[in-house]
Amino acid sequence: MAVCPACIGLPDMPAPQDVLRSDVLRRIELSLPTIHCAACISGVESRLQRLVEIKGARVNLSRKRVSITVEDTPGVEARLIDMLTSWGYPAKELDSATLARDHMDKTGLYLLARIGVAGFAAMNVMLLSVSVWSGAEAVTRDFLHWISAIIALPTVVFTGMPFFKNAWVALRVGRLNMDVPISLALVLASGVSLAETIEGGPHAYFDAALSLTFFLLIGRYLDHRTRIAARSAAVELAALEVHKVERITKDGARETVPMDAVRNADLIAVAAGARIPLDGVVHKGHSELDPSMLTGETMPEVIGPGMKAVAGMLNLTGPLIIKATAMGEETLLMQITRLVEAAENSKNTYTSLAEKAAQIYAPLVHILAALAFLAWGFYSNDWRLAVNIAAAVLIITCPCALGLAVPAVLTAASGRLFRAGVLLKEGVALERLAEVDTVVFDKGGTLTTGKPRLINGSEIATADMEIALAMALGSAHPMAKAIREFGTRHGIVAADLTEITETPGMGTQALWKGQEIRLGRAAWCGVEAGDISQTASWLRIGARAVRVLLFEDTLRPEAAGTIAALHAAGLEVRMLSGDIILPVQTMATRLGIKNWIAGATPADKVGELNDLARAGRKVLMVGDGLNDAAALAGAHVSIALASAMDASRSAADLILISDDLSQVTHSLMIARRAKRRILENFTIAALYNLIAVPIALLGFATPLIAALAMSGSSITVSLNALRLGRKL
Amino acid sequence: MNILVLLIPISISLGALGLWAFFWSLRNNQYDDMDGHANRILSERYEDAPEDQD
Repeated sequence: MAVCPACIGLPDMPAPQDVLRSDVLRRIELSLPTIHCAACISGVESRLQRLVEIKGARVNLSRKRVSITVEDTPGVEARLIDMLTSWGYPAKELDSATLARDHMDKTGLYLLARIGVAGFAAMNVMLLSVSVWSGAEAVTRDFLHWISAIIALPTVVFTGMPFFKNAWVALRVGRLNMDVPISLALVLASGVSLAETIEGGPHAYFDAALSLTFFLLIGRYLDHRTRIAARSAAVELAALEVHKVERITKDGARETVPMDAVRNADLIAVAAGARIPLDGVVHKGHSELDPSMLTGETMPEVIGPGMKAVAGMLNLTGPLIIKATAMGEETLLMQITRLVEAAENSKNTYTSLAEKAAQIYAPLVHILAALAFLAWGFYSNDWRLAVNIAAAVLIITCPCALGLAVPAVLTAASGRLFRAGVLLKEGVALERLAEVDTVVFDKGGTLTTGKPRLINGSEIATADMEIALAMALGSAHPMAKAIREFGTRHGIVAADLTEITETPGMGTQALWKGQEIRLGRAAWCGVEAGDISQTASWLRIGARAVRVLLFEDTLRPEAAGTIAALHAAGLEVRMLSGDIILPVQTMATRLGIKNWIAGATPADKVGELNDLARAGRKVLMVGDGLNDAAALAGAHVSIALASAMDASRSAADLILISDDLSQVTHSLMIARRAKRRILENFTIAALYNLIAVPIALLGFATPLIAALAMSGSSITVSLNALRLGRKL
Repeated sequence: MNILVLLIPISISLGALGLWAFFWSLRNNQYDDMDGHANRILSERYEDAPEDQD
């Protein structure tokens, strides 16, 4: 079997273990982000199928998922995930309830089936028409027309449905959209051609009507697929967060239950390093909570029994047991949701380029056709000829460029973005992105990684750092990790300490050569925090003076380059942070951002964006925290990081799946290019119409010319759109 | 021109055959995992029947 070079050296299958058995079967979906070749497929499938409790396993390589039918026993998902990870395929559970919302793509099949029928009919009728154009006469011509009619009429009814329905919806409320001229052209062309066929006339437009539907359906399908692809990717991101909590039952046992099953006053266990799942009051345990996702502040809060824990905060040091309190209206999440809704409602509705074009185009086409009909009718008094010419005008002016070119450009652009790790949720957002002149960044988690970094380690005596490092070794606290990282980078060897104990929420203590060492909060070391207003840790060695270790948030490596590139592109960059002044100021100075606001609440952020919008700015908001959600929803266009909270991701227009900020500049460039390409396509289509419409108005548009003009313009604009997918 | 009576039905029915094949493939989720199918042919493991998918 062909072995992919990247897969050589994967561990062998371990010996089968004793497993629990059950009669109930269950379907589990796991995400396998690293699978990529034939060996991966059979590696996963055949190993899984060898396990007794597994009834079936099927890999989907396109979606990078495996669907497993397994006997339902407690903890089966965790065991499967461990097993797959040990085989070299890191797995993540996908929430089946969330995935179920991503139901089968019925509309896609509906459109695809119609494309198939329209394509089939158009080919056949075109073939018959070629015979007519090459000189078939009299009975033969009528015969060919009749066969064309038999194929074309049912096809137009079946495949034109999506257009007829949309046109009817628009007409009922007295509006014109693109589908009105399309439907009119289809109906008129079929009707006129049928009349010609019955009368034995020379001109039938069946082929034009069918290729028109064929091209337009392709455009409609591309449009739909872009939206579906983005939606299912977004659903997959959401499904990676499994909404389950560990509840403590009355007899003290722990059970894993879905979040919806939690009632008020239930006791929930939160491990160190996990996010607080819901609002509550600490029942037992001490710890520190990192509120940066909620407020943007990086300073951890100490928490103990009786204090409030807010959903979304990260539990840093000790395990906690939380008593769930009022869910619903009063939670912070609900307040944020209300802000998001308000921001979305106040946002100006954006008219897409295609809609703008259609608003000018549709009335123009109708007036032209009507004028042609009346002028020819009165001039020649031959009303049959007049209808014929009106139909030809409608066919030739039919908005293929609008219907096919815009979706083709947006599909090509969103495909490019997706390969670069950017998820575009809606094609129109790309047009808005192209207009942006101001970029507003959030600080914590967006420009920074949210992980602290020790900044004054070099100013502290090496002997003291050795002790600090030894203290930090056993702890999972982010600051302890920062000290360890500093130690590795500067080759510091840990001192020899004994009796290290950690008190969650306070710090660590130990013995060194008979002296008591303490590392942690100021109070833990018996001093006042004083005027230190940034994240800090205190180190006391015996009776010696207390050392202060200062930390700051680590800047993302690509942040400075991104900001510089945005400045170079002539955009104004601003920073809006919920953090306190000092760290925000430091960061802004380092990145060269002149405009910054610190201590902004979620409402402040929305207010600031509204002010900018009123000043005529088109703002791109880039953020990740829950406190950014409303701002993301209210901005002209917004980008969230994949590591962002669920609410923020769903509020944003684009998601950086790779969490790579440099893609912000890249996306902006693609958006501008896409917009230019759309406008180019409109120009091409307009040029075609400038040439073809006079021909039709003068009555020279034979079915052959109509077919050539229409197919020619459709193919040119599609090819022009596809250029975007290739080079940049 | 009598030959048309024969040729046109033949060409149309061939086209209809293609259309039927397209519909069949749509209904059987043949487009569900394009990358997977492209890779599966490289596998030596014999699959007597693909597992049903919904």
